[in-house]
Amino acid sequence: MSLLPALVMLPLSAALASTLLPLRWRGPLGVALAVLLAGVACGLLRTVVGDGPQAHALGGWAPPLGIALVADGLAAGMVVLTATVALPCALHAALGLRGEAVEDGFWPLFWFMWAALNGIWLSADLFNLYVGLELLGLAAVGLVALKGSAGALAAAMRYLLAALLGSLAYLIGVALLYAAWGSLALADLAGFMAEAGVAQSGSLTTLVALGLMSAGLLLKTALFPLHGWLPPAHGGALPPVSALLSALVIKASLYILMRLWIMAGPALTPLALGWLLGALGAAAVFWGGWMALRQARLKHLVAYSTVAQIGYLFLFFPLFGVANMDAARLAWDGTLLMLAAHALAKAGMFLAAGNLVLAVGSPHIADLTGISRFRPLSLMSFGLAGVSLMGLPPSAGFTAKWLLLQSALASGQWVWIMVLVGGGLLSAAYVFRVFRHAFVEGPARDRFASPPLALELSALALGSASIALGLVAQAPLEWLRIGSPLATGVP
Amino acid sequence: MSGASSLLHALLPLAVIATSLLAAVGIFVLAEHRHRLRSSLNLAAALAKLALVVWMGLGVLEGERYALRYTLVDGVAFVLRADALGIMFAGLSSVLWLFTTIYAIGYLENAPNRSRFFGFFSLCVASTVGIALAGNLFTFFLFYELLTLSTYPLVVHRGSAKALAAGRTYLVYTLGGGAVLLLGIALLHTLAGDVAFGAGAGLAALEAVSNPQLVLIFALLVGGLGVKAAIYPLHGWLPTAMVAPAPVSALLHAVAVVKAGAFGIVRVVYDVFGIELAWQLGVLGPLAALASFTILYGSLRALAQTDLKRRLAFSTVSQVSYIVLGISLFGPLGTAGGLVHLLHQGLMKITLFFCAGNYAETLGAHRVDELDGAGRCMPATSIAFTIGAFGMIGVPPLAGFVTKWYLGLGALEAGMGWVIGVLVASSLLNAAYFLPILHRIWFRPQRGPWPDERFRQCHDTHPLLLMPTLATAAFSVVAGLFASLPYSPLYWATVVVGREYLP
Repeated sequence: MSLLPALVMLPLSAALASTLLPLRWRGPLGVALAVLLAGVACGLLRTVVGDGPQAHALGGWAPPLGIALVADGLAAGMVVLTATVALPCALHAALGLRGEAVEDGFWPLFWFMWAALNGIWLSADLFNLYVGLELLGLAAVGLVALKGSAGALAAAMRYLLAALLGSLAYLIGVALLYAAWGSLALADLAGFMAEAGVAQSGSLTTLVALGLMSAGLLLKTALFPLHGWLPPAHGGALPPVSALLSALVIKASLYILMRLWIMAGPALTPLALGWLLGALGAAAVFWGGWMALRQARLKHLVAYSTVAQIGYLFLFFPLFGVANMDAARLAWDGTLLMLAAHALAKAGMFLAAGNLVLAVGSPHIADLTGISRFRPLSLMSFGLAGVSLMGLPPSAGFTAKWLLLQSALASGQWVWIMVLVGGGLLSAAYVFRVFRHAFVEGPARDRFASPPLALELSALALGSASIALGLVAQAPLEWLRIGSPLATGVP
Repeated sequence: MSGASSLLHALLPLAVIATSLLAAVGIFVLAEHRHRLRSSLNLAAALAKLALVVWMGLGVLEGERYALRYTLVDGVAFVLRADALGIMFAGLSSVLWLFTTIYAIGYLENAPNRSRFFGFFSLCVASTVGIALAGNLFTFFLFYELLTLSTYPLVVHRGSAKALAAGRTYLVYTLGGGAVLLLGIALLHTLAGDVAFGAGAGLAALEAVSNPQLVLIFALLVGGLGVKAAIYPLHGWLPTAMVAPAPVSALLHAVAVVKAGAFGIVRVVYDVFGIELAWQLGVLGPLAALASFTILYGSLRALAQTDLKRRLAFSTVSQVSYIVLGISLFGPLGTAGGLVHLLHQGLMKITLFFCAGNYAETLGAHRVDELDGAGRCMPATSIAFTIGAFGMIGVPPLAGFVTKWYLGLGALEAGMGWVIGVLVASSLLNAAYFLPILHRIWFRPQRGPWPDERFRQCHDTHPLLLMPTLATAAFSVVAGLFASLPYSPLYWATVVVGREYLP
């Protein structure tokens, strides 16, 4: 029996179940089901590693009529990454939101989000990806709005506009592509375009379609300068929500963009376009880092750090597009490892920041004075995640940065080296800014709220994972190459 | 070699690092008030580490190979490997870790945040031993940056505005240096692949690379490492970091940080490039000149300091460059002089910092002019301080003399006679800034009450503070007196030189 349908159906049923169940059962059920789903995700990865890419036609209807789910190494890896991040977040939410009014809405939205994410990782055609993207956007907006405060609602509204605009652009692109090529399956389109040659595949319709889709996806990924909606939404949400949004949700649109980029092939994705995306990424690294440095509130600092970190991921496009096979392979490895490192570290950092805010009872960084003596564990988790974000060893962030540096050197694109090194120093500046306040032994304040231990441990687990992944990255990177364009030797 | 034995040989380097790494984790987990258990755990780990290093050191002398290697990502491996040079540094930091731990337990009695302090202290030592046993530049860099991160909480330990400012300066310098070092390593890796440390490894792997590129890489590597080694003009963080507690100063100056920088430069010159290639590239001359300048500059600045710890800090700036000077002299004698100073400077400087801490804790004396008559009140500490100071000046038969003797011989051998002038001048300067202190301690009468006296009767100081001080002072006498006996620092230095650098 294929595990693929379960990965989408299980969270969907959980979403329905959690609207029906009494409130006090939703948290425990959430954690239990998250464990189960994590097990299924690992099972899928094992199958893919053992037997190669998996495919499953829902209801027995073969594509193009039916809906197919496909898992190559990348998709399976993303499914596992999602579970790894979502499980501690579920634990954090189950204990941290217990008895609060927001718990009512959290669980159904959480499950819809997970279903949408798994749907996106496993989809093989552009329309399914659209459905996943739309569901994901709506669930994410709902999660941001949960808090109910005026600020949260305004942020959610802004987010909703960006999400809808992004999906709309994407959908128009999908329609145009269907009109031009008669199929929406990624594999079909790649084949048709390669067969037709540049002259035909580079027709205006196709170019407009790809352009619209990319623009929509960039908006949803919050690439500078389209990032305006992100800091209020991620900074203002509940801690587990911020963690999930920054770690996973924005990666979904990037994932689709990468798939689209690879599908279109080198003919339709000239290096200049890659350079443009890389340049925007570089601007994001510096702008996000600079803004993070200037934030007064802890969670907003972390949110701007996301704006910066997204920038690194866009170095993929110029580095992957070069003819140099080594550089392309290093870019693939480095970007995906960076993606995973950021997911783990940022989720850990948001959870830790939530704990710290809870402990001091104030969202401001300046109020962290003296916290190091009283909540060392949360501060430690924040630090571990920070090490990975700064790209300092030993951490996944560092190993990823090393691979990207090697790729930049191998392809001769030296300018990205400055981005990687300078961005790391900038992130060190904003991470250590938090510590400078936390280490102050000031006029004694020694009354802090204490979050339950499990909240601190879920942050610690994610922070530690972002460190540990850096030391054992070889095997996961090999898994991600299964069924990838690199495995066949065509970049 | 049997399977079990080869597994042991692979795991031993890891175990040496794990002793302090696990100690750090254990200390973090323990509650703040479990002082006794924490101290026992810490001391047990320090003793275990020392025993393992001694075991491995004896094995290395007999030609055993201890190495662990696995592929981290495509193209780079995580390599731990014990060679004579690595054992030398690992041995130094294990011995000094033990004494510094004892000292810190006494020093921080009844102070807050001890769990954090001892946890990060152990982490620092784990990183230092990792640096010592790293088998390639990549692994070296992992531990080198980990050292930066784990020292920061120690530098800002007091949590005062001054400490936090010092921590910031420390980070700006070391993270900046780390970034430059990373650039150098990445560039070298792209051009020559994963260069494992080893005699003559450099020449073979680097043949394909053009000379200007090699000079650039050398400049990046040494520039990055020079921050921690406090080479002029990259030394600014070291005197500022003096606000940290005395055991941290000991750690920065003798056990870990500046030593890591100097050790890294030794690795780059000998194990990455190889001394011959470095000579051919013509990079050794400028390095020797820079080191000589730093030696004199540090001594001159030390003269002007009125704060005892700051004077010692500038003295470190000067002394660590002896190591760099030694290795940039092309020849075995100079190398031996530089390498042996890695150990000698550690022993002498840690003694001096322990003494400075004792004066500050017992009498409240921080400035040089507050030390008048301290010798009568704290004779044992003052004797240790005197030994350390005379050692630094290079009075025979103390450890510092051995260093300077070999450096001088090495300079003559390399045909760089001007280095003798530098050595003489710096010894005179050393005397000029140490002898007045000794004069105040021993020959001047006490000027009124001590600034902040902790123990009412003059029993010198707390035994936990005194014992390590006397032990390290005794070591620096023994290291000089018995320099020619087996297992002395000089013996190790000659083993390293003989085994790895001479054909």
